Amino acid sequence: MSTANNATSGASKPASTRAKPANKFEAAADWTDGRLGIYTLAKSNLRKIFPDHWSFMLGEICLYTFIIIILTGVYLTLFFKPSMAETVYHGTYAPLNGIRMSEAYASTMDISFEVRGGLLIRQIHHWAAIVFVAAMLVHMMRVFFTGAFRKPREINWLFGAGLLFLGMFDGFMGYSLPDDLLSGTGIRFMEGAILAVPLVGTYLQFFLYGGQFPGTDIVPRFFTIHVLLIPGIMLGLLVAHLILVFYHKHTQFAGPGRTEKNVVGMPLMPVYMAKAGGFFFLVFGVIAAASAIATVNPIWAYGPYRPDQVSTDAQPDWYMGFSEGLIRVMPGWEIRAWGHTLNMGVFVPLMVFPLVLMAIWVYPFLEAWVTGDKREHHIADRPRNAPVRTGFGAAWISLYVLLLLGGGNDLLATHLHLSINTITYFVRVGFFVVPVLTFFITKRWCLGLQRRDKDKVLHGRESGIIKRLPHGEFVEIHEQLPQDKLYKLTAHEQPQPIELPAEVDENGVALKAGRLAKARAKLSGAFYGEGAQIAKPTAEEHHEITSGHGHH
Amino acid sequence: MSHEMSDEKLPESHGSEGHEVAVHGDPFADPGLPAHGPRRTDIDERAAKRAERQVSLLFIVSMLATVGFIASYVAIDIDKIVYIFPLGHVSALNFALGMTLGVALFCIGAGAVHWARTLMSDHEIPADRHPIEADDELRADVIEQFQTGAAESGFGRRKMLRNTLIGSMALVPLSGVVLLRDLGPLPEDKLAHTGWELATPAKPLKLINMNTNEPMKPEDIVTGSLTFAKPEGLEEDQEIFQEQIAKDALMIIRIAPEDLKDKTSAELGFEGILAYSKICTHVGCPISLYEQQTHHALCPCHQSTFDLADGARVIFGPAGHPLPQLKITTDEKGFLVATGDFQEPVGPSYWERP
Ligand code: FES
Repeated sequence: MSTANNATSGASKPASTRAKPANKFEAAADWTDGRLGIYTLAKSNLRKIFPDHWSFMLGEICLYTFIIIILTGVYLTLFFKPSMAETVYHGTYAPLNGIRMSEAYASTMDISFEVRGGLLIRQIHHWAAIVFVAAMLVHMMRVFFTGAFRKPREINWLFGAGLLFLGMFDGFMGYSLPDDLLSGTGIRFMEGAILAVPLVGTYLQFFLYGGQFPGTDIVPRFFTIHVLLIPGIMLGLLVAHLILVFYHKHTQFAGPGRTEKNVVGMPLMPVYMAKAGGFFFLVFGVIAAASAIATVNPIWAYGPYRPDQVSTDAQPDWYMGFSEGLIRVMPGWEIRAWGHTLNMGVFVPLMVFPLVLMAIWVYPFLEAWVTGDKREHHIADRPRNAPVRTGFGAAWISLYVLLLLGGGNDLLATHLHLSINTITYFVRVGFFVVPVLTFFITKRWCLGLQRRDKDKVLHGRESGIIKRLPHGEFVEIHEQLPQDKLYKLTAHEQPQPIELPAEVDENGVALKAGRLAKARAKLSGAFYGEGAQIAKPTAEEHHEITSGHGHH
Repeated sequence: MSHEMSDEKLPESHGSEGHEVAVHGDPFADPGLPAHGPRRTDIDERAAKRAERQVSLLFIVSMLATVGFIASYVAIDIDKIVYIFPLGHVSALNFALGMTLGVALFCIGAGAVHWARTLMSDHEIPADRHPIEADDELRADVIEQFQTGAAESGFGRRKMLRNTLIGSMALVPLSGVVLLRDLGPLPEDKLAHTGWELATPAKPLKLINMNTNEPMKPEDIVTGSLTFAKPEGLEEDQEIFQEQIAKDALMIIRIAPEDLKDKTSAELGFEGILAYSKICTHVGCPISLYEQQTHHALCPCHQSTFDLADGARVIFGPAGHPLPQLKITTDEKGFLVATGDFQEPVGPSYWERP
């Protein structure tokens, strides 16, 4: 007799060996489980533990803005016409009445002025994109500074950085679609940059633009790439990113009861669900309100694109500002020989741009190689306890900010009454000097903080109570830290640098220590050597001091 | 290479793992998870009730805001502009829709978070982690299975088969690349020519003022002024207009002859009137800022600065070479004309540029 798999049997005849469900909800769940196996799926996940730290919300903002961008983006595609066919504008915005423009621009005008709520959705789309890239960058920095990219999470670091690059690129494309005077300038910029590529530049440009600049193909082509190709790839990467986060579980900071082998926090259901789900609405709400208040990209103020016109405050969105800075501060070197031109002034920045991004992308592998550390890490570093890494991160950010300033040199000049030339010269020198300076300052600062931690552990914290000793001296009483604080401040590890491989083996035969091995030993010394960490207090030191008078 | 970090270089994990009692005498040992303290709402039912009301209130505000959103959509005219204090003149509909939507969404979020923080359990629970790496036994097992599979395929044994497979796989993506060829025409020498190439000494092309759409006479052009011009016959409603103007646009200036520093440049002009390409040689923005006194033209995109009195030499910024100049003269009726194309390609530089 078949008792199982008989889906047609009524309620009176049990469909499976399972006991009768208690209510409708359980019945529905049973039905789904019979087809999708949801119980097995949910078993370990419903009450999965998520550690809590404010900085985890940065990644959440990325996710939520991405969802907002997709939702609003779908709405916009319903009204937008990705076409560069010419038309004459007869809409409600009087200043542009009777002006020739592309259908792309005209339909963006319609979305802004004729479609009810269209302007709002356009603004939410753009604002969300700005917040998206910003959140990705900050989220990445959080992961970087806490060393959360270390094994086993290197691959997720690659996915995440890939998302950042694609996000920046897709933002640039979206910005180019309305075919307004500002976005046209961006496309012109891209043409010049592609032309600067040696050998194949002109071919790439003609194939991408469908002929000479501006042609009529670029907007429809960008549209497909912007709404289909890149978001598709990003969605895939994002899902992979989240699956890995789920699989690896979050990192956590060292603290009482928190070890490399456990994860302490609240369960997915209900607390994390409520908090994370609620946070989505908070983010969406704030972006909606911001879009009602602050206008971004008012294309009607710029006018339609004409290659012989330009608006004076030509600025890309902020995340492209760093490439803009590179292009602005590069001297105009051009090499002309044998009937060819190599446009270094554009080509060099074009190459440096991905290099700066790549540097951060490959960092986990570099660090793993230098330190030779092959263990899994789940305890997040406090940035001060990894001074060299923190220094690198800060140097990278300082370069980013410097170039951003260079990219906005015209705005800086007009707002602060500075000379554009001076700003440019400053950025040129700063490109080489500022990151190095930042590195050393940050590193020293971290060491200072380590020293202070050590002090606190050994001498306790200042209690604010002043005591007068019998012989008249005033001292401030230092209070012993409680054990959980002591643990927190001393839980980090302090590896020693790799030693240079021996030059002769035990039989006196010269060993060839590879150049690479030597370099690695050097780097490892820089990373973990004397100048790069303050020795942690030991239990004996602590004992010696505390067994005394309890002050000082 | 086996210069891996030896174990003695790595610090031992001190203290205890998990919940073992702190090692006696080690002040830095892990004291274990702290005891859980209740919140106000856990012990005081009145506080809990209050939190409940607060959460519900937030959800109700959200409902009202959504109703407000719909009402605004229906009631407010899309053309209506209102003045709102720090913002200035804004679209009333956009403002109302955005604010109501913002409040509706935000309140749901705030309610949910408040609920989670005050009324759901805040008890932290530890869960174990398991190493990602498989144990040795599993590893050996899988590798063996793979080797069996590989041996059965004959991949390693039949070299010719393997090599031809690799070869065909390497070549097949080329079809995809080749298919992209028809995306656009070949560049040939198109970048080296502009619309002015139609001009010949026998059939010169008039310079047309961009603003007035009229041909220009030398006497119309005052010293120190800046005018933009296009070639005769190029009209805005032509299909090729955008593509042509991207290369043909001219910047006409008049400089007192004694101020001209470059002889060739002066000869290309007419009585101190010079016609330069308006397209920046950096990446192609149109140049629009001209300073009469210094004769400097500045590109607003990346601030390349050209000295128009000195053959448009680059004096600052990232541009790599001077602006091309168009030779001009006058025809028998006294209008400014060009008799040929620019001497060199206009716009950003590229590999094939001579
Ligand atoms: S396009 Fe003129 S300076 Fe870059």
